[in-house]
Amino acid sequence: MDAVLLARIQFAMTVGFHFIFPPITIGLAWLIFIFELIGYRKKEEIYVKLGKFFGKLLALTFAVGVATGIVMEFQFGTNWSEYSRFVGDIFGAPLAAEGIFAFFLESGFIGLYLFGRNRVSKGVHLFAALMVALGSTISAFWILVANSWQQTPAGFVIQNGRAELVDFWAAVFNPSTLVRFFHTFIASLITGAFFVAGISAYLILKNKEVEIMKKSLKISLIFGFIVSLLELMPSGHTHAIQVAKTQPTKFAAIEGIYEGRTNAPLLAFGIPVDNPPRILFPIEIPGLASFLTYGDVSAYVKGLNDFPPEDIPPIFLTFVSFHLMVALGSLFILITLIGVFYLWKKKLYDKKWYLKLLIWLIPFPIIACQLGWIAAEVGRQPWIVYGYLRTKDAVSITVPAEQVLISLIIFGLIYLLLGVLYVYILVKEIKHGPEPLLAKEGK
Amino acid sequence: MDLNTIWFILIAILFAGYVVLDGFDFGVGITHLFIKDETERRLNINAIGPIWDGNEVWLLTGGGALFAAFPVVYASVFSGFYLALMLLLFALIARAVSFEFRGKVDSPKWRKIWDYSFSLGSLLPAFLFGVAYGNILKGIPLDKNGYYIGSFFDLLNPYSILVGLLALSIFIMHGSTYLTLKFDGEALERKEKFANLFWIITVVLYIITTFFTFFVSPFLFEGILKNILFWVMLILLFLSLVYFPVALKSKLYWKAMLSSSIMIFSMFIISAIGLFPKLVPASNDLNLSLTIYNASSTPLTLKTMLIIALIGMPLVIGYTTFIYRVFKGKVQLTKESY
Repeated sequence: MDAVLLARIQFAMTVGFHFIFPPITIGLAWLIFIFELIGYRKKEEIYVKLGKFFGKLLALTFAVGVATGIVMEFQFGTNWSEYSRFVGDIFGAPLAAEGIFAFFLESGFIGLYLFGRNRVSKGVHLFAALMVALGSTISAFWILVANSWQQTPAGFVIQNGRAELVDFWAAVFNPSTLVRFFHTFIASLITGAFFVAGISAYLILKNKEVEIMKKSLKISLIFGFIVSLLELMPSGHTHAIQVAKTQPTKFAAIEGIYEGRTNAPLLAFGIPVDNPPRILFPIEIPGLASFLTYGDVSAYVKGLNDFPPEDIPPIFLTFVSFHLMVALGSLFILITLIGVFYLWKKKLYDKKWYLKLLIWLIPFPIIACQLGWIAAEVGRQPWIVYGYLRTKDAVSITVPAEQVLISLIIFGLIYLLLGVLYVYILVKEIKHGPEPLLAKEGK
Repeated sequence: MDLNTIWFILIAILFAGYVVLDGFDFGVGITHLFIKDETERRLNINAIGPIWDGNEVWLLTGGGALFAAFPVVYASVFSGFYLALMLLLFALIARAVSFEFRGKVDSPKWRKIWDYSFSLGSLLPAFLFGVAYGNILKGIPLDKNGYYIGSFFDLLNPYSILVGLLALSIFIMHGSTYLTLKFDGEALERKEKFANLFWIITVVLYIITTFFTFFVSPFLFEGILKNILFWVMLILLFLSLVYFPVALKSKLYWKAMLSSSIMIFSMFIISAIGLFPKLVPASNDLNLSLTIYNASSTPLTLKTMLIIALIGMPLVIGYTTFIYRVFKGKVQLTKESY
C-alpha cells in the first residue's frame, strides 16, 4: 500500500468534510449579527426570533465544525511529520495565532451569545454576536495565511534542511494571502446567504411564521446579490491574475492551456483528456486569457509544455473543478439578481417556483467552496510547498501505511455518520421553525 | 533567560491551563453515567455547556504553539503516537457533538447514545492524555534524528498506565468539585462525596506514582532540590492538597475549586521542572533526547510568537474571566439549554 496516497486521501477527506462547516458558520454568523443589529436599533421582537432561530442552526454547524477542526490541527504532525519539520518555523505560528486571536474569541462568545441572552445587557449580547462573526472570520484569515504560504511561500530562507523565517510580515502577507482570504471569506458569505434564503423560502412555502421569515429572505437575498457580485469582480478576477503571475503551472491547468501562446483564449467550456493531451469540445473566447491576466491580447501566457513534466499538476481535476466553480458562481449572481428583481417588483413571495428553487440551491455554494478548494490544492501539486517541497517527501516516515488505512476507514465511517446526523438534526430544527411572535401567542 | 526557556515555560503554562480547564469538563463527563435522573443529567451537561468549548481551545492553542516553537517535538511525538492520537481525536469528536445532538430528538434511547458518547468521549481522552504524558516522563525510544522507534503497544507500559489512572482520578475529583458550584440539595452532597473520595484516591496514586518515578526516570530528579521554583510549587501543592478537604467540609466550594486547580497546576509544573530542558527524553540514550535547543524554531520565530502571545493572551484571559462570571452560580434549565 502506498502510504503517501493513503495520507493524501485521509487529509483530503478530513479537510474536505471539515470545510463544509466553516463557510456556513462564517456566513451565518454575519447574517445573525445583521439581524441582531437591526433588532437592537429598531427594538423589534421579530429580529430576536430570527437571531434565536438561526442561532440554533449556527450552534449545530459550529459544533460539527469544531469537532472536525481539531483533527486538522493534529494531522500535520501525525501524518505529515516531514512537512512539519520542514515548515515548522513558519507554519506553526499562524495556527497558534488562530487559536489565540480567533478561536478563543469565537468559542467564548458563542456560548455567551447562545446562552447569555437574559444574563447580559442587550448591548453586550450584540457585541457577543459580533465577536462570533469576527472570531470566525479571523480564524479563516490565519488558516488562509498558512495555506497561502504553501501556495506562494515568502519571507524565508532554506537553511539547516528546513524553511527558516526571515521576515514574518512577508510570510503572513505572501503574494496570495489577501486575495485568497477575501475570495474564501466572500464565498462563505454567499454560502450563508443561500443557507438563510433557502431555509426562509422553505418556511414561507410551509406557511410557518411567514412574517418572520420574509424578513430573513429579503435581507439574505439582497446581501447574497451583493456578495455574489463581489466574488466575481473584483475578487475572482484578482485571484486569477495572482495565480497566473505566481503559480503559472496551476494557471495553465485551471485554464486548460497546454501550449504556451500569445493571444491565449479563455475556455468557457471543455473536457480535458489524455493521449494526446487536449481539450474536447472547447468553447473559446480568443485572446481573453491573455487580456484578463496581462491587459493585452497579444501577451504570452505560459502553457503546460513550458514546464518539466514532473512539475505539472493533474489537469482534469484542476480544470473541471475550476470551471464548475466559475459556472456556479455565475449562477449565484443570476439567481440572486432574479430574487432582488422580484423583491423590487413586490412579487417575490408569490413566485413559488423561485422559492422552491432557493431550497434546492442551499448546498450549491458549499459545493462551489469545495470545488474552489480542489482547484487550489490539486492545482498546487506535485508540491506541498510550491516550488520547494514535494508532497511525496512530506509524509510521516514512522507511520506504517496499515495504521493510516485503519484511521482512514474509521474517519470515513465517523464522518459519514456525522454528515447524516447533521443533516437530519438540521432539517428537524428547520421544520420546527422560529418561536412565534408574542402578539400571536394568545390566539 | 533565553527565548527557548521562555517558550518552555509558556507551553508548560498553556498545557497546565488546558489540564485545569478542560480537566473539570472531563470530570463532569466521566461521572455523567453515574447519574440516574434525566433532569440531573441535563443539569450536568449544562453545567459546562456554555464554556467547555472555550476550554478545549487551550489544547488547540497549545498544539499550535508546540508546532510553532518546537516543531521537531510536534512532528516526532504526534507521528510516533499515531494510533493513540487517532483514538484521542475520535473520542474528542464524540464528546464535541454530543452536547448539540443529545437534546435534539425526544427519545430516551437517543439520549442514551449521546450520554455514552459524552461520557466515553471524556473518559478516553482523560486517560490517554495521562498515558501519553506518562510516556513522556518515562522517556520514549528515539533515533539520532529524533524519530520515535517504538510501537503502539510500547506506549501501554505499566508506568504510563499508572499515570493514566492518576489523571483519571484527578479529573474526577476536579470535575466533581466544579459541580459543587453548580448543584444544589441532595445532588450537591453526592458531588461533594465524590470529590472527597477521589481526593483520597488522587493522594494515594500521586504518592505511588512519585515513588515509581524515582526508579523509572531518576533523571527527572537531578538537581531539582536546588530549584527554587520547585520548592514554591511543592509548597503550593502541599497546601492545596491539605486545604482541599477542609474547604469542602466547610462548604467553601469556590475555595475547594481553587485548591483543586492549584493542585493540578502545581503537579503539572513540578513534572515540567523535572523535564527541563528536555521536552522528550530518549529512553534508549538520554543524549538523544529532544530538548528546547535541538528541537526548537529559530530565535526570530520564537520572538514573533512571544509578541503574539503577549498581545493575545491577556485579552483571552480577560474576556474568558468575564464569560465565566456571566455564567457563575447554580445551573438553571431554560429554553436555550441543551
